[in-house]
Amino acid sequence: MTTLEKPVSDLQVPDDIQPNIFITTLDKIYNWSRRSSCWPMMFGLACCAIEMICTAASRYDLARFGMEVMRPSARQADLMIVSGTVTKKMVPQIVRLYNQMPEPKYVLAMGACASGGGPFKEGYNVVSGVDKYVPVDVYVPGCPPTPQALLHGLITLQRKIDQQSIRNVPWYQPGASEPIPVPILGPDIIDPRQAPLLRDRAARGLSNSLTVADRVKE
Amino acid sequence: MTAAPAVEKAEVKPDEEFPGIAAPDTRKGYGGYLVAPEHLVEVVTKLRDEAGYNYLSSATAVDYLEEGKLEMVYHLYRITGGPALVVKAQTPRDKAVLPSLVPLFPGADLQEREAWDLYGIRFTGHPNLKRILLWEGFWGHPMRKDWKEPYFEEETKPFDSRWPGGAVFRSEQHNPFGHNVKYPDGFTLEGWTPEADKALYAGLGTVTDVNAGSLKTDQIVVNLGPQHPSTHGVFRIAATLDGETIVDLEPVMGYLHRNHEQIGERNTFLQNIPFTDRLDYLSSMSNNLGYALAVEKLMNVKPPERAEYIRVIMVEMTRIANHLWAIGFLLNDLGAFFTPALYAIQERELILDVFEATAGSRMMCNYMRFGGVARDLPDGIEARLNELAFERLPRKVDELDAYLTNNEIIRSRCIGVGVLPAEQAIAYSTAGPVLRASGVPYDVRRADPYSIYDRFDWNVAVRYNGDVYDRYLIRLDEIRESIKIVQQALRDLPGGEIQTGKPQYQVRVPAGEAYGRVDNPKGELGFYVISTGKPNPYRYHVRAPSFINLTPFGEMCKGHKVADVVVILGSIDIVLGETDR
Ligand code: SF4
Repeated sequence: MTTLEKPVSDLQVPDDIQPNIFITTLDKIYNWSRRSSCWPMMFGLACCAIEMICTAASRYDLARFGMEVMRPSARQADLMIVSGTVTKKMVPQIVRLYNQMPEPKYVLAMGACASGGGPFKEGYNVVSGVDKYVPVDVYVPGCPPTPQALLHGLITLQRKIDQQSIRNVPWYQPGASEPIPVPILGPDIIDPRQAPLLRDRAARGLSNSLTVADRVKE
Repeated sequence: MTAAPAVEKAEVKPDEEFPGIAAPDTRKGYGGYLVAPEHLVEVVTKLRDEAGYNYLSSATAVDYLEEGKLEMVYHLYRITGGPALVVKAQTPRDKAVLPSLVPLFPGADLQEREAWDLYGIRFTGHPNLKRILLWEGFWGHPMRKDWKEPYFEEETKPFDSRWPGGAVFRSEQHNPFGHNVKYPDGFTLEGWTPEADKALYAGLGTVTDVNAGSLKTDQIVVNLGPQHPSTHGVFRIAATLDGETIVDLEPVMGYLHRNHEQIGERNTFLQNIPFTDRLDYLSSMSNNLGYALAVEKLMNVKPPERAEYIRVIMVEMTRIANHLWAIGFLLNDLGAFFTPALYAIQERELILDVFEATAGSRMMCNYMRFGGVARDLPDGIEARLNELAFERLPRKVDELDAYLTNNEIIRSRCIGVGVLPAEQAIAYSTAGPVLRASGVPYDVRRADPYSIYDRFDWNVAVRYNGDVYDRYLIRLDEIRESIKIVQQALRDLPGGEIQTGKPQYQVRVPAGEAYGRVDNPKGELGFYVISTGKPNPYRYHVRAPSFINLTPFGEMCKGHKVADVVVILGSIDIVLGETDR
């Protein structure tokens, strides 16, 4: 603790901000250790996953960032790399996995598909980007992003971690954080958060099945 | 080797053998025979048993909306080689029922389920007819021409609203839910229960008397995946276990169903090439070739010599890269975590460098064009290829071989595991290394030659035990054969043009149907394309080897332990982009 106390005494810090000095320094250690051991979940969805594996292999070597420890279990992971097309059939599992990850947790949307639907956006079984369901921290464009691009995305995530403070990160706020409601497979994928909207539309007799073409005409 | 009939007729004419039942398909540009549905089983049985058409390559549906008909198209081949015999059966759209061919060809199982799922054709006599790519309870059969997806804008691209000079908008803006969804009018969550996996679990076989053995055990159902480190993507396995032994097992897929075929029917012919990259994303070059061949058949063009050679070089390099990957990850599944895979990936990277320099992208090459290839080889790449093909790769394959093949653990985990006998391999329509490791020397490059494979000196690799070990060995054999082909192609590579005619954005494709197939690293990849003379294909179907090779997966696993399941799956070598499309 001597190194932490020394500047305090040198700088003659006023009493009221004394605790902050300690916090920022702690933040540094806290963030440094998190950013250097951000374990991704071993979880590949589509083509982008192949590039993710290549990034972890010897040429690009994810280990340089302390990120080579891919965890097959969501419970041990800090980072979810959504590497590929999110389909409606798959999204309930993705949300469930996200809920299972312990905080602090981050999501990186890798590639055009995960960011916004990508080349398959119009498909009837494709979700237009994983951020429709889970919050995303970093988006990496590309189809697929090259390993270099993914590395850049991960460094960006590290920068984001560097800026966080222990005092206002959500996982140290009082109360438990809410899980995201798991989507349901019905006639189409159903976001339970939209149940009131469905009820309202049914009550008002509005059509739920018009396509983009129909609406543009209207 | 196979149950081929003693006297094999050179050509069969079903219309002569079955007058009044089978008639030649006389639509312009079409071929094959239309068979009355009630006689379909009888005709196909006879073709199989007497004429030797014992390999059902592909079975798929087409929706002829204007005629009010749905049609099933079956491509039958002789396992001894030769061209296809195409059989078709039609059924009215509003009451679509056809007899199932599963009793004859178990390989039709998953394909018929797909036709039920996407087109709503009921197959009488199918043992397990439920949805496969979508889920039970999905609203409608989406590949029917009158089914519209929520983001539907126009039947075909390019959309007027967007090109040329159209207004750009996000489709989400025009959906009341802000998502890619649509529901029946008046649908609410109250009083509604999802169907979930009831049908799946009900279909799983069980042992009638669990406690017949000396040890009292419980029978349980377990799910592997869709998020599982050893399922090679988002693949799911539902299995009933007796202790640690597999009693019954069913592959569950569709978690990466990206509606490739529907999007393909909205795209123009050329726009589909980059989409084929994303089928089997480990071997985009060969997917390109399969599709290019199908459309070239319709257009009746031939690429110039140099392009043919470049195509072969690229495709065989793809095979090497794919098999390296497959071997590396098979070892991963065996528990040799990541070390062999790292060796394999290292070599693959060098091949990808060549692709990147030539096509512009490491993985999604988008390189072949109708009647040629997109770009010529850049400076210095030939030298690089020479170095790889003559020096580095042969050495590295021997190295892998030396490290792995005689490893005791590999031998004891692989030999005799997941055996697929030759007769079954044929009946289940498996293809590629899976078929050839079961002792059937069937390689489309030989059996139904395309491109310029007849010019090279190479052997069809074949192994005879049909177990995991042989499926591993055959990949090594195939890498060696591919290296041989690449060496010869590099030696003979001529100069000259790389594209017949001018490169075009909008190609003219005469009306008709065509089935182009290539021997992909994973097996036979087929493209069934129907053109009506418009800029977009009317039907675009992919016969995906990874999908059909999974048909016997349950059979192969029965009686083995849970830990063997991932190994057997690894030895089939699937890729989900292609399985689910
Ligand atoms: S962004 Fe491209 S490469 Fe990535 S999953 Fe989507 S289609 Fe595949």
